[in-house]
Amino acid sequence: MQNDIYERIRANPKYQRLVQERGRFGWILTIIMLIVYYGYIALIAFDKEFLAKPIGTGVTTLGIPIGVGVILFAIIITGIYVRRANTEFDALTEEILKEVRK
Amino acid sequence: MRTATKLGGALALLAITGVAFAAGGDVGQTVKQETNWTAIAMFVIFVGLTLWITKWAAARTKTAAAFYTAGGGVTGFQNGLAIAGDYMSAASFLGISAAIMANGYDGLIYSIGFLVGWPIITFLLAERLRNLGRFTFADVAGYRFQQGPIRSFAAAGTLVVVLFYLIAQMVGAGQLIKLLFGLDYWVAVVVVGVLMMVYVLFGGMTATTWVQIIKACLLLAGASFMAFAVLFHFGFNVEAMFAKAVEIKTNLALNDPKVIAKAAEQGKDVMEVAKNVGRSIMGPGNFIKDPISAISFGMALMFGTAGLPHILMRFFTVPDAKQARKSVLWATTWIGYFYILTFIIGFGAIIFVLTDPAFLDAKGALKGGNNMAAVHLANALGGNVFLGFMSAVAFATILAVVAGLTLSGASAVSHDLYATLFKEGKADSASELRVSRIATLCLGVVAVLLGIAFEKINVAFMVSLAFAVAASANFPVLLLSVLWKDCTTRGAVTGGFLGLIASVGLTVVSPAVWEDVLGNAKGSAWFPYTSPALFSMLVGFIGTWLFSVLDQSEQAKKERAAYPAQRVRSETGFGAAAASDH
Repeated sequence: MQNDIYERIRANPKYQRLVQERGRFGWILTIIMLIVYYGYIALIAFDKEFLAKPIGTGVTTLGIPIGVGVILFAIIITGIYVRRANTEFDALTEEILKEVRK
Repeated sequence: MRTATKLGGALALLAITGVAFAAGGDVGQTVKQETNWTAIAMFVIFVGLTLWITKWAAARTKTAAAFYTAGGGVTGFQNGLAIAGDYMSAASFLGISAAIMANGYDGLIYSIGFLVGWPIITFLLAERLRNLGRFTFADVAGYRFQQGPIRSFAAAGTLVVVLFYLIAQMVGAGQLIKLLFGLDYWVAVVVVGVLMMVYVLFGGMTATTWVQIIKACLLLAGASFMAFAVLFHFGFNVEAMFAKAVEIKTNLALNDPKVIAKAAEQGKDVMEVAKNVGRSIMGPGNFIKDPISAISFGMALMFGTAGLPHILMRFFTVPDAKQARKSVLWATTWIGYFYILTFIIGFGAIIFVLTDPAFLDAKGALKGGNNMAAVHLANALGGNVFLGFMSAVAFATILAVVAGLTLSGASAVSHDLYATLFKEGKADSASELRVSRIATLCLGVVAVLLGIAFEKINVAFMVSLAFAVAASANFPVLLLSVLWKDCTTRGAVTGGFLGLIASVGLTVVSPAVWEDVLGNAKGSAWFPYTSPALFSMLVGFIGTWLFSVLDQSEQAKKERAAYPAQRVRSETGFGAAAASDH
């Protein structure tokens, strides 16, 4: 009986759209996060001088805003995903479940 | 306000101080301190409060479901705080702030590695974990697999990670408490073990979650106060704070015999060399030696988070996928905020602790060891009462983290091994609950014994080993079983065990163990890098893939045929375990 419902959900075009769009969105954000983090690690591994360069005449280096930036970026990108998933994608999920339960 | 008042006199005293402090986020070896009564009083208040919560939670912990997941009724915000609490261990608070005090920027690189796993968990795993799982991550990984083999693997993966992490926390706890409260090492370890067992035995997940939430709030409040007090001294001018820290580091280097010798050797002006030493705290230093170690270590931190059983278990305490996502967002926010605070606290320690003779011993080293940086800073900023508060918070932090770890280890034994494997899912809730309590008791005793046995071990190293195993064994199996339709039991179990063996094996033949622990000659280690994750994760993934593809058994066909239904449930949450049974 439950397998029957699973089949009906799978056949629903809205389900196909949900899986495709949310899946793509998740993977794109994953790849962006990987690029940002490993870009940062690569900077440290290959060009330490760049991060140690002072901004203007002070002692604050480029590494400080970049490092703090990676932290803030991680928080923001998580927020972007959660916001879209909890509104748009959850609404779509609700619709699908309502349709198959009819 | 811009200059620390005691600076002048302090610098003269600091003349003999070296700047070359031991590196790394390690609690390390500590020296027993005088008994601190304010700290003990604060701690007694904390323990009293948490025991009262445990009593309240015990009344609600009548079923196995309540024991494992607090009945699934925790909100996203609460769970986010609890996850952050699980993650912000005392080793990270004291260790990272000490590393920043010693080496500046390098400490930030370390904390960033710990944070960036969270977005990945959010995008790929959080809602799927909630939709497929009930009590342990094996419920998710083994959703369509043969229960016997996959549960055995999951229990092994869980227990190995939990034990490594538990040893790290117990040793850290013993060292810290010896330091903060002036108790003997073994007394400290036993106190932590007993209290942790009380929370888990009687209060299960409900008590563990609330202990975690309270501790996370206290730690965030205390750390915020310290960071803002430091910034306040500089009128919230960050540049002025950095400039002061660089100036202090330069002055320390100027009088350091090693720096003077180095300058003479290179035929350079001492001032010039000292200035370079001072400025070095503002950029990456020696934390990352070669690119492969850098990437490998980054992978262990990033993906290890997604394989830590006590963290994964937290996703089953919320009612639905929406709350699961909210909880990771909150957790990421709090953890990121916390790491920014520790960065400021580390620089605060350079400015207010390294220049104050009250915190230095006769040789000019930090009293009680480098890991006291944040604790001394608490004293410098808020006096003895605030020092007591932060010491108590550090102790509470350890307690909460070990409670969470023990709970997840006990769940692997009672839910995966006992209820699912031996009783084939037919165990009644009461006997399952009894087994999990016996397992808690055993794990607690083992943790105390190992904590005493491994007194001298390097804590940061044990933590990174736990992360490497989690990233190489648990994470590949979890990810592939959820996202890859052709994954089979044989593939997952073989690949998972290979990843487990590879991560532990490569660690044994790495310099840290082969040369430093086993005493073999320098340069004789087969594996030259600091972290095995890059290679052992590949072993885990390729192993799982290869043995799944090669698996053409009837069982494999059944498992592949079951994937579409699993996929629907993981994506929509249809048929997921009911939220609460209260």
